[in-house]
Amino acid sequence: MKSITGAALWLVRLAYLAFALFPLFWLIRISLTPDDLLYSEGTTIWPSSLTLANFAYVIEESPFPVFFGNTVIVSLGTAAAVTVLAAGIGYAFSRFEFAGKRTLMVFLVITQLFPLVMVITPLYQLLAPIGLVNTRIGLIVVFTAFNLPFAAFLMHSFYEGIPRELEQAAMIDGCTRFQALIRIILPLMLPGIGATLGFVFTAAWSELLFSLMLITSETKKTFAVGLLSFVGKSGVDWGQMMAAATLALIPPAIFFTFIQKYLVGGLTAGAVKA
Amino acid sequence: MSVAADTPAATGRSPSRTRRRFAAAEAYAYLAPGIAIVALVMLVPLAVGISFSFQNYVIFRPMSRGWNGVENYLELWTDRTFWLALANTARWTFWSVAFQLGLGLGLALILNRPFPGRAVFQSLVFLPWAVPTFLSGLNWQWLFNPIVSPLPGWLTAVGVLEEPRNILSDPDLALYGPITAMIWWGIPFFAITLLAALRSIPQDLYEAASIDGASPWQSFRHITVPFLMPMITITILLRTVWVANSPDLIFVMTEGGPANSSQTLPNYVFTSAYKSMDFGYASALATVLMAMLVIYSILLLFVRGRLGQ
Repeated sequence: MKSITGAALWLVRLAYLAFALFPLFWLIRISLTPDDLLYSEGTTIWPSSLTLANFAYVIEESPFPVFFGNTVIVSLGTAAAVTVLAAGIGYAFSRFEFAGKRTLMVFLVITQLFPLVMVITPLYQLLAPIGLVNTRIGLIVVFTAFNLPFAAFLMHSFYEGIPRELEQAAMIDGCTRFQALIRIILPLMLPGIGATLGFVFTAAWSELLFSLMLITSETKKTFAVGLLSFVGKSGVDWGQMMAAATLALIPPAIFFTFIQKYLVGGLTAGAVKA
Repeated sequence: MSVAADTPAATGRSPSRTRRRFAAAEAYAYLAPGIAIVALVMLVPLAVGISFSFQNYVIFRPMSRGWNGVENYLELWTDRTFWLALANTARWTFWSVAFQLGLGLGLALILNRPFPGRAVFQSLVFLPWAVPTFLSGLNWQWLFNPIVSPLPGWLTAVGVLEEPRNILSDPDLALYGPITAMIWWGIPFFAITLLAALRSIPQDLYEAASIDGASPWQSFRHITVPFLMPMITITILLRTVWVANSPDLIFVMTEGGPANSSQTLPNYVFTSAYKSMDFGYASALATVLMAMLVIYSILLLFVRGRLGQ
């Protein structure tokens, strides 16, 4: 009886694994398949020979390295800005009682209800006169605002897992609150900071519609916009397209793999207090 | 920041009040930069966007711009695509969130028990969430294409399709393509939040229950479920709103087609603004979507409050 449930459990685990990984496996499989085999061999699980030609083309001859660089700049910029600002908001929510605290928290929750498609055009008109349209900085500003509310709650949840006595002791020893935060609390917050950085980096890396609307010049395009216009061209080359897609996948996948266990840990810490 | 500037003036008050005020000022100093940017980039454009919904505002016709009252909303009432998109939004959100919740809860329960290789397993099954949304869309768009993917053949073999064809070009089935991609992409988020909630349940409750002779099902029903409920409602709320608001997957996979059969409200808003350049009408659509989500959230929180008593 016990071995049957054990086997059934493994079956379920493998089913989850297959569902999660098959699409990604297929992406990589096609990107490594020589063009002619794609049509002659059809959709066999593994092609009879492999090639790196698609990757070579994407890296050496296509504009994707530029798009890749732009997306790295925008995503890292956004992740850094959001994490710093969320560290401030989360700290204030966790350690202070003040007038308007509830209102502000509710305000941040409500921002999650906004259909972001609605703000695209007004935002364009607000950013254009100050020269932030068609710039990477403009994208960073916009993505920072969009990702900040959730990141603030995430950081709040991590702060709740750190005992208040720590900074109180430091303040008794003569630190100001700000010094205590920087020297005592933030080093303990590293898992939370990592989780927030990774979460926001991944989100910024994914963004498509605002980049589509706000970026017009070829040299500032992000990967999402570049890939979509590549797909839209007639006479698609499956191998090259999927090679480009595979490259787009690498940074967020690495980032996320490192932070996912902190994400669970941080939410657990917050849940215990709540 | 004006509060911070006020504090020196408050020194004449009683000490405890001064201290309270100072604490508030300090709190605002930590909050202000972040709140300011959210207000400027989200709140101000939102208000401007709502005002567009009461205007005749098509970029190609600048001369005819002006206030037109509720005309956009009246147009929407008689627009068949709007009603179709509304029904599709409900279908898209319901099926996506229902499957994400069910499969995400299953995954969280699996991950909550130790087994060999669990850490590796966890980082692999969570991987879809790291995949950028547009890429999930493209990836699944390709998977549904019989030229480059075995999936249509498999669906035919198990009897879902009568022949290996692309469901994305079938008006009856097109919406299920983006739904599948959304389920695939969103399971990890539910699993992560529910796993966090599961780990916060005190283990001695289960021990006490098993000493009292409770079956595993009874423990699940009377300990796990009540503890998970707050997290489940808040996650459902967040995901419903995000899924209902998100046009990316549909924009990438079907562009709402064929013939609007997979059109949802956010995608309709985006195409109205981005392609037809009709900002007035797009804003009216978006305002209606937001109003419905606000009502939905209030209802859900109300029900949660009732259940919690």
